Amino acid sequence: MNYIDTSLKVVGTRPIRPDGVDKVTGRAVFAADTRAAGMLWGKVLRSPHAHARIVSIDTSKAEALAGVHAVVTAADFPEIVSEEAFVGEGPMNFRDLSMNCMARGKALYEGHALAAVAATTQEIADRALALIDVQYDVLPHVIDVEAAMADDAPVLHDDLFTAGVDPAPTKPSNVAKVVTFRKGDAEAGFAEADVIVEGRYTTQPVHQAYIEPHACMATYAPDGQVSIHSSSQGHFMVRAYTAKLLGLNLSNIRVNPAEIGGGFGGKTLVYLEPVAVALSRKCGRTVKMQMTREEVFRASGPTSGAAMEIKIGAKKDGTIVAAKQILKYQAGAFPGSPIGPGCMCGFAMYDLPNVDVVGYDVVSNRPKVAAYRAPGAPITSFAVECALDDLALKLDLDPLTLREKNAAKNGTKTHYGPTHHNIGFTAVLDAVKAHPHWKSPVKEGQGRGLACGFWFNIGGESSAQVHVNEDGTVTAATGSPDIGGSRASIGMMVAEVLGVPPTTVRTIVADTASIGFTFLTGGSRVTFATGMAATQAAEKVVEDLKRRAAQTWEIPVEAVEWKDGKAYPAGSNAGAFEPLDLATLALKSPRTGGPIIAEVSVNAQGAGPGFGAHICDVSVDRETGQVTIERYTAVQDVGKAIHPSYVEGQIQGGAAQGIGWALNEEYIYNDKGQMENPGFLDYRVPVASDVPMIEAVLVEVPNPRHPFGARGVGEVPIIPPMAAIGNAIRRAAGVRMHDLPMSPPKLRAALDAASG
Amino acid sequence: MSGLSYAAPTSVDEAVKLLAGASGLAKVLSGGTDLLVQMRSGRVKPDLIVDTKKIPGLIGIREENGSYVIGAATPGAMVEAHAGMKAAWPGVVEALDLIGSTQIQGRCTLAGNLCNASPAADSVPALFAAGATAVIVGGKGRREVPVEQVPVGPGRTSLGKDEFILEFRLPPRPARSSDAYLRFIPRTEMDIAVVGCGISVTLDDKGVCTTARVALGAVAPTVVLVPDAAQALVGHKLDADTLAKLDAAAQAAAKPINDKRGTIEYRVKVAGVLARRVAAIAFDRAQGFVNGKAH
Amino acid sequence: MAKNYVTTTINGEQTEFLCETQQTLLDVLRDVIGLTGSKEGCASGDCGACSVIMNGRLVCSCLVLGVEAEGATITTIEGIAQGDKLHPVQQKFLEHAALQCGFCTPGLIVASKALLDENPNPTETEARYWLAGNLCRCTGYDKIIRAVMDAAAELRGESVG
Repeated sequence: MNYIDTSLKVVGTRPIRPDGVDKVTGRAVFAADTRAAGMLWGKVLRSPHAHARIVSIDTSKAEALAGVHAVVTAADFPEIVSEEAFVGEGPMNFRDLSMNCMARGKALYEGHALAAVAATTQEIADRALALIDVQYDVLPHVIDVEAAMADDAPVLHDDLFTAGVDPAPTKPSNVAKVVTFRKGDAEAGFAEADVIVEGRYTTQPVHQAYIEPHACMATYAPDGQVSIHSSSQGHFMVRAYTAKLLGLNLSNIRVNPAEIGGGFGGKTLVYLEPVAVALSRKCGRTVKMQMTREEVFRASGPTSGAAMEIKIGAKKDGTIVAAKQILKYQAGAFPGSPIGPGCMCGFAMYDLPNVDVVGYDVVSNRPKVAAYRAPGAPITSFAVECALDDLALKLDLDPLTLREKNAAKNGTKTHYGPTHHNIGFTAVLDAVKAHPHWKSPVKEGQGRGLACGFWFNIGGESSAQVHVNEDGTVTAATGSPDIGGSRASIGMMVAEVLGVPPTTVRTIVADTASIGFTFLTGGSRVTFATGMAATQAAEKVVEDLKRRAAQTWEIPVEAVEWKDGKAYPAGSNAGAFEPLDLATLALKSPRTGGPIIAEVSVNAQGAGPGFGAHICDVSVDRETGQVTIERYTAVQDVGKAIHPSYVEGQIQGGAAQGIGWALNEEYIYNDKGQMENPGFLDYRVPVASDVPMIEAVLVEVPNPRHPFGARGVGEVPIIPPMAAIGNAIRRAAGVRMHDLPMSPPKLRAALDAASG
Repeated sequence: MSGLSYAAPTSVDEAVKLLAGASGLAKVLSGGTDLLVQMRSGRVKPDLIVDTKKIPGLIGIREENGSYVIGAATPGAMVEAHAGMKAAWPGVVEALDLIGSTQIQGRCTLAGNLCNASPAADSVPALFAAGATAVIVGGKGRREVPVEQVPVGPGRTSLGKDEFILEFRLPPRPARSSDAYLRFIPRTEMDIAVVGCGISVTLDDKGVCTTARVALGAVAPTVVLVPDAAQALVGHKLDADTLAKLDAAAQAAAKPINDKRGTIEYRVKVAGVLARRVAAIAFDRAQGFVNGKAH
Repeated sequence: MAKNYVTTTINGEQTEFLCETQQTLLDVLRDVIGLTGSKEGCASGDCGACSVIMNGRLVCSCLVLGVEAEGATITTIEGIAQGDKLHPVQQKFLEHAALQCGFCTPGLIVASKALLDENPNPTETEARYWLAGNLCRCTGYDKIIRAVMDAAAELRGESVG
């Protein structure tokens, strides 16, 4: 059923989330909050070298230390053949993941895991790590993406041959893949152009910087049954990877989802779980592991940094006739940067006749990248949206007008293939135009930037179960970890369908043995896909409740209607019966067919793309190069906001992350390829005093493929900020910043260069 | 089982004996906001921790003949809440206040900030500019030295193994005197200074500077006093020419390094910028103009 | 080396524990006493997730040795609500949806309560600077600041909602 044009009582309101009290009182159980009897502490030995052949690892002294119960190295993991994995977010290979969890043959980045120990205390575990003797043959390393592409660059993998080129190369290199999208004839388009803007842009890798470090606890029982308690964006993902990396059956592994303290894409793969299970398998004890913050930075994946070239040609009236982009994305130590979405998302917002995009997926001696909110899109959009601003300046056009003129509409065919349907980009631009922020004059000394963002959003496999308890209250279980309020949105959709208050519905996240397969929380899919499953499960329950009422009244089921949480006879012909509410039907359930429960699994399609536009006012301290965000407004088509507060929260949080990406966040490496800022002191995420209130403007163009019209909302808001801020700086200070982060030393240098 | 032991002596003598008698590395703990981080990261591996907070006088602020005396282990938050200190030494107070978060303010101390001997320590340029002295106690008794004699290099001090700082003394304030401190950081809070500058001045009744002390942080292996910058101020009002000379003197004195927090070129320029801005605040304050808290 | 024996008051209850010298108050709270509401996000005083109130001052429990708790009075997130009655800061965090993942939330609530204990009428800027040592990566701080300001108003008796 579709509820888009119906009057809604629950969806669109702002109830308190079901897990709220646990989280404001400290009772919520995150992965590191559990203990078990006889538990050991597991710790990982990591490579100090960016690139080294592992000559030998001698663990005998560590094993002999009192209190040490197990030591594992790659020798304790089966060797996995190369095989594409479709378990996480973005491209992944099981063999690469295995070698990322435990280095085999070579250490490919500083922080790469080499061995792990389990001991009775953390201190003994630390001492044991110090007793492991590793002999290295240190190799030349390469950090920068373009340096890694050079002919004479140190090669990380001697079996990596560039895919996507014809003829296939005969020599291994660090270029894993070339992606090409072409539409029309870009060169012919540029020949027609009245004006052309060009630019070279770079971005730095940035970490998701979830506040909760990775943690897990695992037990391998003598009968081969494995239980894992961990914090991740998908416990089915944890199960799948752990099974594959250790050669276990899925049915022998049960993963309990702990509360997750932020992920943003960074917890869509595993680092610790297979290691903890391997340690437990070796010693028969429960093993708990948690990363330090330093380990999180040195060993877990940021998103790619990139080098990009862009060229856009337009007619005098602003009509874009050609667009070209070359994207070089860092993948880290193993292939798999988000180069695909990078090549798709930058130009997908616009109706462009001629497009030429080439992307490179490039490995270098850095931690393997992980997904980070709209993986790949913010990078490409930094270049595209800055170039568009240059185009607007060159044409003396309002930057909003330029976007309106070229905006993708329903029926626009994207350069990467699909045709847009039911999109809300025009509605977003209309909302920008009408917004008081956009209409207000720019304050003296400030500059205003505008930038847009696009993410295609995903659906996929989800399972949900709705169970009417014996007293008529409701439990809704799903397989989606709740990373930012999805228990609330799922429960609200169920409550809406059942016609009961949201407080009646308790939403839980069920473990891998208690609910059907559910793909991970990522790509902004949970409210869409899991919401769809939960809605359908609630609808099945309603059908069942109607049948039970019909049975009770001895009338045909067609003569029963369900509204406001009660069964009513439909019209006077059906008979005169007192309505039956949920509690009454639940009480009668033993006599009407037993427990009232429905489980639905879906493979949801038609996620519906999201579009956003951000307006940012900045001031620039010309003497120090410091940028202050004075005002920030984020407009986004969200389809339908199920719980508007949490939708706003996604937008505000994504914008703040983008502000950090724009201004200060970066990895600083020394000449040995070691990270110099692996902590929150010098990896500078925004603090409360760095940002203003961020106004989130919700535009609702319903997605017809979702029962309530929802679209994914979590990805889009991190896409526009870097360009919005860059464009604001351009207009405030007169300089175009091409390189992220636009930190004070860089901006001061640019200002000095501009003033000669 | 670890070999690390802990003592919380209740007298100076007891503390000195513990430090003198320690067989391995002994570390003095006051606020712990640097020491605990260094211990956790493994950079410092002490065998004994001597917590000085239970020694009478180590926490607290008192006035003695127009001087303020601040116990070495007094947390930042206590100094900031002290009206007398805020009126007499707003620069010292704002510098101390800039160290870390509210949480850090609940623990961090002037002694810790000075003895950690980081060139980027926020309170230290302000203490240098103020002409503060440190009262040091140890096996050979008690000595009082200018604070600039305490740090000798990054992470190194002139204190002996059995010595620790008991208290700081700030000199009496003549009329029309004030001070100020600013630092540059990329964010608005929570960063280590890229450059810091503390200036203390006394003016005559026409607004002409009669004495000045200027100190810079994060531009040399230790915080440094910059006599040339002070000289640029003495005998002058804060006009454009004086500011330009101050800026040039500060830049000339800055001998920073390239590191993860800043480049040489940038730090030198910002040293000049900050010197001008800090002087303006200090002069305003000395003349009784009200200024907001600087961040 | 023998462990240190420490007597302290946590959330109004006299508490005894044994700890090694290098164990921080956060280690003790989480691993010895079992109060896991205080979180470890960095163990270096940079994220605030372990914030507690010790002898009336807001501190990072990761930067206090467990042994320093001797004779102290400590309030953790578990002691902010009075029985089943939430503190206004907790209630306003819920009403304003000022949390997403909830990991930084205990530290932010303890820090916000400490702010309002000291300054019942903070400006938005004061609240932002006071809370600058509490990192939140989910919310962009907007709703947190609104919740704190609203809780302040309620505690002053001005709240309309």
